[in-house]
Amino acid sequence: MAKKKIRIRAKMKGDVAEVKTLMSHPMETGFRKNKKTGKKIPPHFIKEVICEHKGNKVLVASWGVAVSKNPYLSFKFKGAAKGDTITISWNDNTGESATADAKIS
Amino acid sequence: MKRRTFLKGTVASGMLSVAASAGLLTPRRVLAAWPETAFTAKSIDDALDTLLGDTTLATSGDIKIKAPEIAENGAVVPITISTGMAAESISVLIAKNPSPLACSFALGGSTLGFVSTRVKMGETSDLIAVVKSGGKLYSAKKTVKVTIGGCGG
Repeated sequence: MAKKKIRIRAKMKGDVAEVKTLMSHPMETGFRKNKKTGKKIPPHFIKEVICEHKGNKVLVASWGVAVSKNPYLSFKFKGAAKGDTITISWNDNTGESATADAKIS
Repeated sequence: MKRRTFLKGTVASGMLSVAASAGLLTPRRVLAAWPETAFTAKSIDDALDTLLGDTTLATSGDIKIKAPEIAENGAVVPITISTGMAAESISVLIAKNPSPLACSFALGGSTLGFVSTRVKMGETSDLIAVVKSGGKLYSAKKTVKVTIGGCGG
């Protein structure tokens, strides 16, 4: 894959931290065919996304092929403060992975 | 979509995942415990049974599914699931997809019952949100009409 990018935006809203994230990933189902060659495009998708705050896993997402290309994920959690770091990492079915972190604003 | 080739594709990828779970997986992968069989299950009951160990769903009014009534593009259907319950996990199933289980979220103790993401839908189907709370399963449904399928073909 060309780019392994995770974009994170985390913001405090009252006592709740709202996290929004976008990952660059093809999320290939394995059902599609290459129209020119007629060959099947092998599946390539994110299996697991782990979101951590201060060493605690606040959210672990298990995904199948039905999650859209360049996945978007948003969630909310309590117990965070401005300036805290949130770490998000994913791994996919081909063994690739990526990690990124962001400060909560 | 050509139904024949589509079916073949489903079977082939099923075989592939069987091969993968039979021994190609490294111990590192096993640690991650991604529920392979739940994601390849062809029925909602099978998926729920392997993922959550239960298929008894209690309909709940406290689960809100925000999704479009009509999705123009089945490849990108934005959904938001929220609940006021102390949720341990939130799972999303799409009844008519080749494998109904789309995604599942395990929530930490301080995480609110809220997730938002985007999913693919092959055709017009029920969207089912399953929330695990206090060891029980609660669910809510919403029908989404799809005008262009998102499974390729």
